[in-house]
Order: sequence, then structure tokens, then C-alpha cells
Amino acid sequence: MEFIELKNVFKVYKNGVSALADVNLSISKGEFVFIIGQSGSGKSTLTKLLYREEKPNRGSVFVGNINVSKLKNGNVYKLRRKIGVVFQDFKLLPKLNVYENIAYPLESYGMKDSEIREKVLKALERVGLKEKIRSYPNQLSGGEQQRVCIARAIVNEPKLIICDEPTGDLDPKISKEIMDVLDKINREMDSTIIMATHDREIVNRMKKRVVCLHEGVIVSDKKKGSYVQNENA
Amino acid sequence: MFKMRMLRICRKSIKDAFKSIFRNFSLSMASISCTAVTLILVAVAILVTYNVRSITNDIEEVLTIVALVDQNATEEEVEALKTQINDLENVDAEKTTYDTTTDIKESLSKDDDIKEILEILDDFKLESAFVVHVKDVRDITDTAMEIEGFDKVSRVKYGESLVNKLVSMFDIIKNACIVAVIALILVTAFLIANTIKITIFSRRQEINIMRLVGTSNTVIKFPFLIEGFVLGIIGAIIPILLTIYGYAFFYDFVGGKLFTDLVVLVKPEEIIYITSLVLVIVGGVVGMFGSVNAVRRYLKI
Ligand SMILES: Nc1ncnc2c1ncn2[C@@H]1O[C@H](COP(=O)(O)OP(=O)(O)OP(=O)(O)O)[C@@H](O)[C@H]1O
Ligand SMILES: [Mg+2]
Repeated sequence: MEFIELKNVFKVYKNGVSALADVNLSISKGEFVFIIGQSGSGKSTLTKLLYREEKPNRGSVFVGNINVSKLKNGNVYKLRRKIGVVFQDFKLLPKLNVYENIAYPLESYGMKDSEIREKVLKALERVGLKEKIRSYPNQLSGGEQQRVCIARAIVNEPKLIICDEPTGDLDPKISKEIMDVLDKINREMDSTIIMATHDREIVNRMKKRVVCLHEGVIVSDKKKGSYVQNENA
Repeated sequence: MFKMRMLRICRKSIKDAFKSIFRNFSLSMASISCTAVTLILVAVAILVTYNVRSITNDIEEVLTIVALVDQNATEEEVEALKTQINDLENVDAEKTTYDTTTDIKESLSKDDDIKEILEILDDFKLESAFVVHVKDVRDITDTAMEIEGFDKVSRVKYGESLVNKLVSMFDIIKNACIVAVIALILVTAFLIANTIKITIFSRRQEINIMRLVGTSNTVIKFPFLIEGFVLGIIGAIIPILLTIYGYAFFYDFVGGKLFTDLVVLVKPEEIIYITSLVLVIVGGVVGMFGSVNAVRRYLKI
């Protein structure tokens, strides 16, 4: 079985909106995959199924041998510790500074302080934000906050990193920097990265595998190196 | 290793709990005062219940049925009567005694004045009597009537019906207090749950982020648990002080008894510490339950 497998996945929200219909997708270890599509096409929903923020109505979702769709509520944290998630709105804890934000997950797992310190510094180095270690989120620019979010996502060295429009609110130059960071992590840490985006620029430049959603259905799945031309996002 | 980990998590949770109490100071104060008010009522209810029970027991000790025996009853007949009385369900056979004429005379003679009178009235006729103790003073009338119906019983005397009424009134008070205590405990739980619900509401984003980065539900719940516990304990402080000093003051003020010598209050040292303990436990446990209940709905999905 592949690292990630979605089989005949359907997702209908409680209000009756059908977000995904009969989605089949497999992703192997170490891949970098873009999920693209128009607004409302189900990109976020697809990523949420992977870290079990949402449950499918039908079908199964496997992430590294964990049957995510069958995971009990009380055990979700076990899955989340193996996945790093990067959000468009960063989701940093406002009362904690950069160091504390990145250290927070490890602290809550009960890791030793010395070990935490080592890992946090390493993660900060990877995203290139060492000099802002004592700043609070509201003292940082969007690009810097996103780096903190990425650092937090990679601090426990997860095998899977999920990004939902990480560059959505950033200007092209900063977006490029963020993409370079993610690309580096993909290569150096050998982490699988799944990234939902509608930034055609980035997708075209990176030349990675591209999965295209339309109205909750996968309409194309182009292998690494493809060039996206007719994306009406 | 696991122990160390739990220790670290506990330390952090306790720190978080106190931080949150201070950060949401006015809200914390509100729930502490509400808890304090309800716990004061709980304390009063406990003290009243305790006293009523003790007073009822005292009354039961002194309330007896005196069954006077026919003077012409033979020894066998008295013996038969004794078995009959002791076989009654409500009769406490161990405490029930049979006082013969001589017994009574003897006990009366202990008083010098009466002794003199007795000596003057040589032909003064005393009757022998059963002094019957009952198990439940509430049924004393029925038991007395039954004994009156027995052979060779000339007359039956028992405690005033007023005392009887007092006891049943006490029963009502006691039951009302128990109901009140339970109701108040539920109210306290509700108040603390609500306070924590509000503090959680402003922190649901935070909780959501914790969940997303892989913090287990137990670890997320723990600071809230501690917070509820601490709020409950702090809420119990004033009620405890009132119990300890207030009850002692009241006790001294009324001189340890109410209205008559028959109604003796429970001594402060016998009751205030156990009541305080109950208040701490009720405050803490109820606080914990309230807060865990409040946080639970944010930990789904
Ligand atoms: N929690 C929810 N409850 C109900 N409907 C939802 C919910 N989340 C998303 N939807 C609906 O499901 C569909 C897919 O939404 P989704 O967020 O996956 O789209 P998306 O591709 O990420 O869009 P965008 O590019 O705007 O972020 C949309 O029609 C949306 O309205
Ligand atoms: Mg989206």
C-alpha cells in the first residue's frame, strides 16, 4: 500500500454541500503534490480528511498504515503527531513567542526541555528565522509568521506535511521564499508534502505532481514536471 | 520516563490553570463568589441536619413508655407480660427495665425529702412498672396503645405529644436539608461549568490549535480540570471560615442549647472540621466535574 491512500472517498457536509465525490488518490513517500482547483472545489476538505479534521461519509483514508477514517476521537492526537500542518492563517498562539509556539507541541507531548530546545533551534534554522526567536506573532510580518508555522509543523520531523494555501495571503516574493523553504524540507527531510493552492505561478514554477479538483472530483492528476495551462482559478 | 513526563505535564497544567484564573480575574471572582454562596448554604444545611439528627437521638434516649402493672398481678403474669412487651417490634428489649415497687421506693428514697414523706405515709401504695424504651420514637403512640391493651397493664404513660410533634417536624427539616444540599451542589457544578465555559469560549481557538498540533485530549483537559478544582477550593474558603467561627459563635451565643435543656446542640469541635472537609471536597470535586464537562464539547472531531 502507498504511504497515502484515499479510496472512493465521499464527503457531504452537514448542510448538504457535497465537497468530495468518489475521490481516489495515492501518494508515495517523499512526494511533493499540489492540490489545485477553483475556490470551493474541495481542496481544503481533502487536506482536512488527511489530518482528520473531517471524516469522510464513505470510503477510506489511509495515512502511513493508519486508517484515518476509523480513528477514534480520543486517538486523533497520535495521528497529528506524525503530521505537520501549515495553514493559510498560521494559527499561532498569540500569547506565546516564536520559540514557545514552536516548542508548544513538543512540550505538550511531555518531551524533555533540552531535547525540545535542540529541535526548536533546528527547525528555526531550517526556516531561517533564528533572529526573531523572542518575538510575538503580532510583531512579525505575514511571511515571518508563516515561517514560524512551518517551523512548528516540522519541529517533530514528521513524515507528512500538509499545507493549505500557505502562500494565500503573501506577496509573490515572500511566497517564493516560503516555497523554497518547503522544497528544501521536502528534499532534506524526505518528508512527503501535500499542498493545496490556487497560485498558478507557484505550481508552474515548481514542476511537481499536480492533482486538479473540480466540484469535488479529481479531473486530472499530472505527474511531476507537468505544466498547468488551463487552470481557471 | 513516563513518570517524568506526567510530572512535566502536571507542572505546566497547574501553571496554566493559575494563569487562566488571573487572566480572567473578574470571571473567576464571579464563579468563586457564587460557589462561596452556595457552599455557605450547603454548610448551613449540613450543620442543621447534623444537629437535628443529634437532637432527635437525644429525645429518643429520654422518651420512654411507662406501663404500670396491676398490683394483684402474680409473678408469672408479670413475666408473661415482660415477654409480650419485649416481643413488640418497636421495643428496645435491652434498655427496657422492670422496676418493682421496692426498686421504685429505693430510687425515690435517694432523695431525703421524699424518703421522709414515704416513711410518714406508711400505707402509701406504689405500683411496679415497666419502663419501655422504643426503637423509633415516631411510632411511640402505636406501641403505647398496644401495651395498654395487654393483660395486667393498668395504665400507660408516655412522652408528651408535643415532643412527638417536634420529632416529626425535625424529620421534615432534616429531609428538606438533604434535598437542599443536593440541589445546591448541582447549582454549584452548574455555576462553575458556566464560568469555565465562558473562559473556554475565548480559548476555543487555542484548544483547536492544541488539537491540531497533536496535544492529547487529556493534556488539553488537565489545566481546565485544575482550574475548576482551584476555583472550587477557593470558593470553599469563606464558607469554611464561617462554619468554624460562625458556628462556634452561635453555639456560645445560645449557650449550647435551644429553648430548653432537652435540645442540646452538637459541640463545635465535633462538627466543624468534618463539615469543612465536606465543603472542600464538594467545592473541589464539583469544580472539576463542571470544568471537564464544559471543555468536553470542544474536544470532539
Ligand atoms: N464546515 C463546512 N460546513 C459546510 N460546508 C462546508 C464546510 N467546509 C467547506 N464547505 C463547503 O464544501 C465545499 C468545498 O470547500 P473547501 O473549503 O474544501 O474548498 P476549497 O477548494 O478549499 O476552496 P478555497 O480555495 O476557497 O479555499 C464548498 O462548497 C464549501 O462551501
Ligand atoms: Mg480552502
